[in-house]
Formats: sequence, structure tokens, C-alpha cells
Amino acid sequence: MAGQQRVYRQKIKATSSLKKIFRAMELIAASRIGKARLRVEQATPYARAITRSISAVAAHSSVDHPLTTPRTDTGRAAVLVISADRGMAGAYSANVIREAERLRGRLQADGKEIVQFAAGRRAVSYYSFRRRELAGQWTGASDAPDRETARDMARALFARFQASAEDGGVDEIYIVGTRFVSMVTQQAMVLRLLPLEIVEGVEETEEGELEPLYDFEPSPELVLDALLPRYIESRIFSSLLHCAASELASRQRAMNTATSNAEDIIRNYTRLANQARQAEITQEISEIVSGADALAAS
Amino acid sequence: MAGPLTVDVVAPDRVLWSGTAERLVAPTVEGEIGLLTGHEPVLSVLRAGTVRVRGGADVDAEFPIASGFVSFDRDVVTVVVEPVAPSEEKAPAAS
Repeated sequence: MAGQQRVYRQKIKATSSLKKIFRAMELIAASRIGKARLRVEQATPYARAITRSISAVAAHSSVDHPLTTPRTDTGRAAVLVISADRGMAGAYSANVIREAERLRGRLQADGKEIVQFAAGRRAVSYYSFRRRELAGQWTGASDAPDRETARDMARALFARFQASAEDGGVDEIYIVGTRFVSMVTQQAMVLRLLPLEIVEGVEETEEGELEPLYDFEPSPELVLDALLPRYIESRIFSSLLHCAASELASRQRAMNTATSNAEDIIRNYTRLANQARQAEITQEISEIVSGADALAAS
Repeated sequence: MAGPLTVDVVAPDRVLWSGTAERLVAPTVEGEIGLLTGHEPVLSVLRAGTVRVRGGADVDAEFPIASGFVSFDRDVVTVVVEPVAPSEEKAPAAS
């Protein structure tokens, strides 16, 4: 009986130290998320400006740039999966990976071969466990991405797109990441990076005005040449920032749930421990009483 | 001279300057371009140099840049820049 009590006490102790860890991680995530959201907001004007300019070039000139025309010669598609470096973020990484697998199924149904890129340790370990070859991997900064990483990714993906079919070139580039909608909603989603899907007039044609005739300096081709790598980098960077904010939000939520679960467990074990203590006392009393009775009777 | 220009100067990780101004001078690959109200729509690649905003509501502003591009459309100027010395810019962001 005494053993029982000790077991419960041990469990309470273990759970409360876990609870402290969960709480600390929740607070860390909560303190970082404000900054991550700010970074998303600060990066948005740049991404918007680039997108607007790109669609301006595409809409107002008839350039046949290799990056805007779909290619079909290689039958390969590159997929970059952006996940977290660490777990403890609920279903965050699992959702992204599930989305990536769905995309993979779809592409394979179309007869495409997948060239897999992965960012974040969770995705890397997922693919390496399944012995799938990774064409590129980035780990270590999923909750605070920097521009260097984004540039590196952009360069790697871009090189693939420009490579010839024999050198492992790809037709399409996809990013699977998470969009930070709000603190409670984060959505895993697929984004096609290349070839460009020009969304014409995202913010243009306000009051049905005539489309302005743009003057491109030095020339539409050169402007596109200068813009596109930057556009890709900015798309990747903004995806990374969205993913970082989403990761932190997921982690905060997961850790909040974990803390309250730990509290529940502690409460249950405390009750059980009290019960065990009470049972022990009752038993001791009845032993004493029955012992005294037996003595008195003899 | 109609209304003032609406100017946004944006870097990859933040907005450097935003507001109204009278004139904007930017170093394009083909030479300096001065933008006033009513300029024709233009999209131009920039080289290293200084972007100057004049006659703003507050003080005039200057931004040294490494590269970038400027787009002008209906008196709205958007300057997308790659600021110089990224190591210097990085320091506050990393803290």
C-alpha cells in the first residue's frame, strides 16, 4: 500500500517538471511569435511591390522569357517542403508533410518525377527515413529564417530550373509550406513558384482606367532578368517567414494544450495518491483496532 | 504640377520610407532618372548609388542602395531596393 502512494507521488513529480517545460516552451513561443509576425508584415510590401512589377512586365510587354514560358522537356518537378526543425508544435510538420505527399501523388499521377528539396529537420528526417533522395536540404533556422537561407534556396531551385534535361533540370517548382492566417489558423498549402502564374492586375485597374503603357529601361527582357531571381527569392523568403510564424503559433498552441493536460494528470494523480494514503491509514487503524480487540478478547 | 507623388521605398525586410514627395531621383542602369508628377509609367532597373527623395512632407531622404528597381505608375512610385552593407542591417534584426 505504501508502495502505491510512492508511485503516485513520483508520477506527480515527473508530470509537474514536464509541465514546467511545457509552460516555458509556450512562453518562449509566445514571446517570439510577435517578432515573427512583425517580420511577415514588414516583408509583405516588398513582396507585393515585386509581384506588381512582375505582372506589369508580363502584362504590358510581349516578351518571351524562358522563365514565364512553361517547359515540358524534362518531366520532372522540384518540390520544396518547409517544415519545422523541432517537434513540439502539434500537427504543424505533419500537416505540411501530408500536403507534400498529396502533391507528390498528384504529380506522379501526371507522370512527373519528383526532385525533393526539404527545409527543416522534421522534413529531412521524414524523407531520409523513407530513403528518398533529397536534392537539397536546409536545417537549423526554421523559426528565425534569414535572407541568406532564402537566397541559397532560390539559387538552388533556380539552377535546377535553368539546367538542361540531362543535368536534372525541372519543369516546375513547387513550395509546400504553411500560410500564417491568424494566431489560430495556419494553413498548409502548395505554391507553384515556376513557371510563373501571372495574376494579372492584382492591384491594378482600380477604376477601370486604361492600362498604362509602360516604359521599360533598359529593355523588358533585361528588366525581367533582373526581377525574376529577386521575385523568386522574395517568394521563398516570405514563405519562410510565414512558416516560422505558423510554427511558433502551432507550438504555442500545442504547448498550451500540453500544459493543461499535464495539469489534468497531476490532479488525477493527486486524487489517487490521497485515496491511497487514506486507504493506508484506514488499514492501519483497522489493524490496530482489530489487534486490540483480539488482545482484549483473549 | 498636379498632386504630389506617393513614394514607397521598400527593402526586403522592411519599409524604408513611405509618404508623399515632389521629386524622386534614382540611379538607373542607363543614368539618373528624375521622376516628377505625370511621368509616363516606367519600370527601370537600378544600379548602385543613391536614391533621393525631395520635397517630402518631412525632411528630404536619401538611401544608398546596392541594386534594385523603380516602378512608376499613376504618380505612385515604388522603389524596391537592396540596401548596401547588409551586415550592418542584419545586426538589429538578429537581436
